[in-house]
Amino acid sequence: MNESENMTRDVAAPVRDNAEVVEALNRRYEAGFVTDIESDSLPPGLSEDIVRQLSAIKGEPEWMTDWRLAAYRHWLTMPEPDWAKLDIAPIDYQSVSYYSAPKAGPKSLDEVDPKLLETYEKLGVPLHERARLAGVAVDAVFDSVSVGTTFRKELAEAGVIFCSMSEAIREHGDLVRQYLGSVVPTADNYFAALNSAVFSDGSFVFIPSGVRCPMELSTYFRINAINTGQFERTLIIVEDDAYVSYLEGCTAPMRDENQLHAAVVELIALERAQIKYSTVQNWYPGDENGVGGIYNFVTKRGDCRGADSKISWTQVETGSAITWKYPSCILRGDRSVGEFYSVALTHHRQQADTGTKMIHIGKGTKSKIVAKGISAGRSSNSYRGLVKIEKGADGARNYTQCDSLLIGKKCGAHTFPYMEVKNPSAIVEHEATTSKISDDQLFYCLSRGIGEEDAVSMIVDGFCKQVFRELPMEFAVEAKKLLEVSLEGAVG
Amino acid sequence: MHMLTIDNLHARVEGKEILKGLSLAVKPGEVHAIMGPNGAGKSTLANVLSGRDGYEVTAGSVNFDGRDLLALEPEERAAVGMFLAFQYPVEIPGVNNTYFLRAALNAQRKFRGEEELDSMRFLKLVREKLKVMQISDDLLHRAVNEGFSGGEKKRNEIFQMAVLEPKLAILDETDSGLDIDALKQVAEGVNALRSPDRSFLIVTHYQRLLDYIEPDFVHVLAGGRIVESGDKSLALKLEEQGYAWLADTHPELRKADLAGAPA
Repeated sequence: MNESENMTRDVAAPVRDNAEVVEALNRRYEAGFVTDIESDSLPPGLSEDIVRQLSAIKGEPEWMTDWRLAAYRHWLTMPEPDWAKLDIAPIDYQSVSYYSAPKAGPKSLDEVDPKLLETYEKLGVPLHERARLAGVAVDAVFDSVSVGTTFRKELAEAGVIFCSMSEAIREHGDLVRQYLGSVVPTADNYFAALNSAVFSDGSFVFIPSGVRCPMELSTYFRINAINTGQFERTLIIVEDDAYVSYLEGCTAPMRDENQLHAAVVELIALERAQIKYSTVQNWYPGDENGVGGIYNFVTKRGDCRGADSKISWTQVETGSAITWKYPSCILRGDRSVGEFYSVALTHHRQQADTGTKMIHIGKGTKSKIVAKGISAGRSSNSYRGLVKIEKGADGARNYTQCDSLLIGKKCGAHTFPYMEVKNPSAIVEHEATTSKISDDQLFYCLSRGIGEEDAVSMIVDGFCKQVFRELPMEFAVEAKKLLEVSLEGAVG
Repeated sequence: MHMLTIDNLHARVEGKEILKGLSLAVKPGEVHAIMGPNGAGKSTLANVLSGRDGYEVTAGSVNFDGRDLLALEPEERAAVGMFLAFQYPVEIPGVNNTYFLRAALNAQRKFRGEEELDSMRFLKLVREKLKVMQISDDLLHRAVNEGFSGGEKKRNEIFQMAVLEPKLAILDETDSGLDIDALKQVAEGVNALRSPDRSFLIVTHYQRLLDYIEPDFVHVLAGGRIVESGDKSLALKLEEQGYAWLADTHPELRKADLAGAPA
């Protein structure tokens, strides 16, 4: 593999002559290492042949291959969207490799390349015994394939299926066939169509009726190989009266090229089912001048198909050069509930256009949106959200709160709330604020002995409190640390 | 030995000279009141001493406990024992009041090379200090100053002072906006914190706070300098006669310098 090891980066002069700050600036992106591991990749380029090869490598049944091909053919007819408030350099889809796997595919955790495990250890992923201690079942996706799923036996006893998507297609074909694409159809949007054609792996979760998943399930995504895209596909099905909490974390090495990440996540909640989906996204954001970084174009959607079901999205987005995603809820079942809690932080030249869609179809459906945007440097941070109340959604309610925090003078924050209300009995509330970290707040902290960097992260942490509260505890700690690291050098 | 020595201090705000050769010396354990008409530079003095941005020192020196105070960053001044009780305490939404205070105390201890307090030991300290300045459990667990009443904010300042145990506390118009009961409570807290090795600089527009916190010295700040110093009787004289009489002994003061009379 032709790896660029050049990881030194110019560091802007710190505001204060403070050795710790300088050190912190230098270690800003801690997940930026490359693992030297042999991998099998498909040659760059995209064609029907590549899609067929990909499907063949994975030993997929014919229906899956056909499904992919249909998606690919549709993708060819679609124009690349440009409606978001984003400035995107053209993407050459023919220069991307659509499949990269570590050589000698692992059959079980014990066979996983020790170097891979080391990578995850560096990242703090609790794989192996660490998982047991942490009590989290992890499915780790490295480039394109799922390298191992912990806690399988324990989960199987509870009747829970938690495995890689590839395995699910082989072993649980009926379930996959029934639900795949039922929330995000292949033709939904440009990147969803692309994903449907070339998705290489991802996680599959099935919680049978009445089961409360005994532990938090977690996927860790990492892009390692150069010039690869990561197109993972996650499908979570929770049957009547069942519950699952699912966590997702992401990192990638530092590279000068942009890398594409176009995932699709589908959640299905049946009668009285509850799904809690938490994301901490820390893809490489590019350097201070906007060179490199991940394009994070993701379609996430949950379908509250059953009455009294609930889907809750919580996301902390600090990474990626460009983030473009709207985790959404279709509130189909009567009295179903959708929630979206988001912290999106942009620094330097990062761009984010993120938010949610809450589609109220059933009677008495409720949704709550709490979106916190933090902009620093020369970044641009947009909230875009749609609240749609359909005709039959009697007594539907929505509460939306969008707060923006600006740090410095060259960044931008934008709010694009859309509302379509077709039922007069619905109540839709929207609150929005924009604030700056005030000199008064900073000086108050300084005068008590708290240094500038700590003061800023404390104020930002306070600003995000409402969202962090929704995260599982360990994730909340990680998210807080991530914000601190991402904001270093932001004040001055 | 003086704890604080201000010598010929000149300072500008937005290009305008506000302090014009201010000198003042404070010994450990002393309580000094700084009074003066509006615009005399009282708050500027408090802000310059605590190191706020936007206040430019153009001449003079400040020695605090053997150090060149003006060379220190604001957070370092706090760590070496200076505390400013704000006229308008600032709200920090979402940041727990107790968490904030512990972060402050530990940042100061770290700077001084002392061991940081874990949450158990910190809570023990908080309980102890609640005896000095009673604030409700509710306020301890709310966000810093968020939604506090005027009196609650000022009591929170004194509570912070009790926990941080500074060598020198500057009270910037702490009495403003307080009714008489709240004023008494704050004064009681301050009095409980008086000790032979702690000094106070009480900046106030009104004499009434000094009815409850008895100063050792009273200074009149006018036209950017200390123009009169005395004991408590000076405060009473100011209350009765205002500031205009100072023009007789200080012909350099313009009428405008003495315009703001105490109520």
